[in-house]
Amino acid sequence: MIGDIWAWLTTSAHWTGSDGIWQRTEEHVEYTLIAVAVAAVIALPIGALIGHTGRGTGLVAGTADALRALPSLGLLVMLALWALGHLPVGIALQTASIAVLALLAIPPMLTSTYAGVAAVDPAARDAAEGMGMSGGQVLLRVELPIAVPLLFSGLRSAYLQAVATATIAAFVSLGGLGRYVIDGLAQHDYPKMAGGALLVAVLAVLGDRILAVVGHFAASAGLTSRRRLWANASPYRSSYPTASLSETQPEVVNAARQ
Amino acid sequence: MNWDWLARNASEIISWTLAHVLLSGVPTVVGLALSIPLGALASRYRWAYPPTVTIAGLLYTIPSIALFVLLPGILGTGILDPINVIVALTLYTVALMVRTVADALTAVPPDVRQAAVAMGYRPLRRLITVELPVAIPVIGAGLRVAAVSNVSLVAVAALIGVPQLGQLFTQGQQLDFYTPIVAGIVLCAAIAVIFDAIILSTVKLATPWRRLGRAAA
Repeated sequence: MIGDIWAWLTTSAHWTGSDGIWQRTEEHVEYTLIAVAVAAVIALPIGALIGHTGRGTGLVAGTADALRALPSLGLLVMLALWALGHLPVGIALQTASIAVLALLAIPPMLTSTYAGVAAVDPAARDAAEGMGMSGGQVLLRVELPIAVPLLFSGLRSAYLQAVATATIAAFVSLGGLGRYVIDGLAQHDYPKMAGGALLVAVLAVLGDRILAVVGHFAASAGLTSRRRLWANASPYRSSYPTASLSETQPEVVNAARQ
Repeated sequence: MNWDWLARNASEIISWTLAHVLLSGVPTVVGLALSIPLGALASRYRWAYPPTVTIAGLLYTIPSIALFVLLPGILGTGILDPINVIVALTLYTVALMVRTVADALTAVPPDVRQAAVAMGYRPLRRLITVELPVAIPVIGAGLRVAAVSNVSLVAVAALIGVPQLGQLFTQGQQLDFYTPIVAGIVLCAAIAVIFDAIILSTVKLATPWRRLGRAAA
């Protein structure tokens, strides 16, 4: 079984052409990046504003929870049907699918952005105000930089959500690695399905790791354990246990707040 | 909405709803049961915490559709076997909950723990009768996230043909017909809301001292 999957993955003919692994991976990455970018443009400013003003927190938490309860496959199929009836056929499915990917990537980024900004130490905020900074300056120069670790954890959740949903979107005729899963099932070709699934898993893990490393270095050294890391101390100690809960599981923290 | 269609397919929809409840509920319960001892170990032995969290994080990173497809190859089950869905969602639940349990137990106030030690509680009894009850609200919050996302993830398994409410989505797509899709979304959301309410009220019932504290304050 595993040999068959390996054989499928190592057949060079499977890597080239319009249904080749390179092409499908490129499509998958493209959909994911567009969706995450669109979601970030919407979620970051709104999340920052809510975190800064403290207004609308309940509304956002409620909306994010409600969106999480909706099945992504259902949203995808519904929007795809709507788009087929209302948009030019050539772009309908792609637009609808990417819209759903973006929609589902918004809640994790929104909640972690506002949680990150809202969790900034009031002393730091007061100090910034005392130095004569305006509200906007406090947000841009103090609150957002301090919120960077949580912003990245939201970004990682959003990326994973988009990679997973892009796979499902092959069902409504989108390209990407999900094609192998859907087509393999239709052709009763398990090695093809499993090979595609494995590639999706690798793409998810790899992208998540890259974002984690970028986030680690994007955050101010004062916020991370970077110095301790270089001093050969355990990177886990410094953030253990209270910070670690909020760092990568904003959903849990948010849920606990209600 | 085409109500006639719904009425005609009512018996099928009911059986899919029941299957959906089972496929998402069983992994939530089993996952919680597994993550309590694992989380307790990771909280008690510090060396066990980093590898546990790393493995859990890695598992949680793998998209559900990929796991649904890969598990039959690993377990030797058939691709349509519902066991794949149950195992996959149990893994996700454990991946999410093990860290929550470990962090919740570690966050138990030291004076509470010391009071239990001074009263002669041995570690296991202290864990079960003192530390876990104190950690219930945080564990419950994590479980709500796990339960709700399980309900949504089960639907994805319709793509590989495991019968549950997700079937309404694939059917809607094939028939070019909104009614089953809307019905599926509403039923999924309803199951999620019910699971959420069950967990919330269980947490409330299991932690009567929190209500007392609030009333006194």
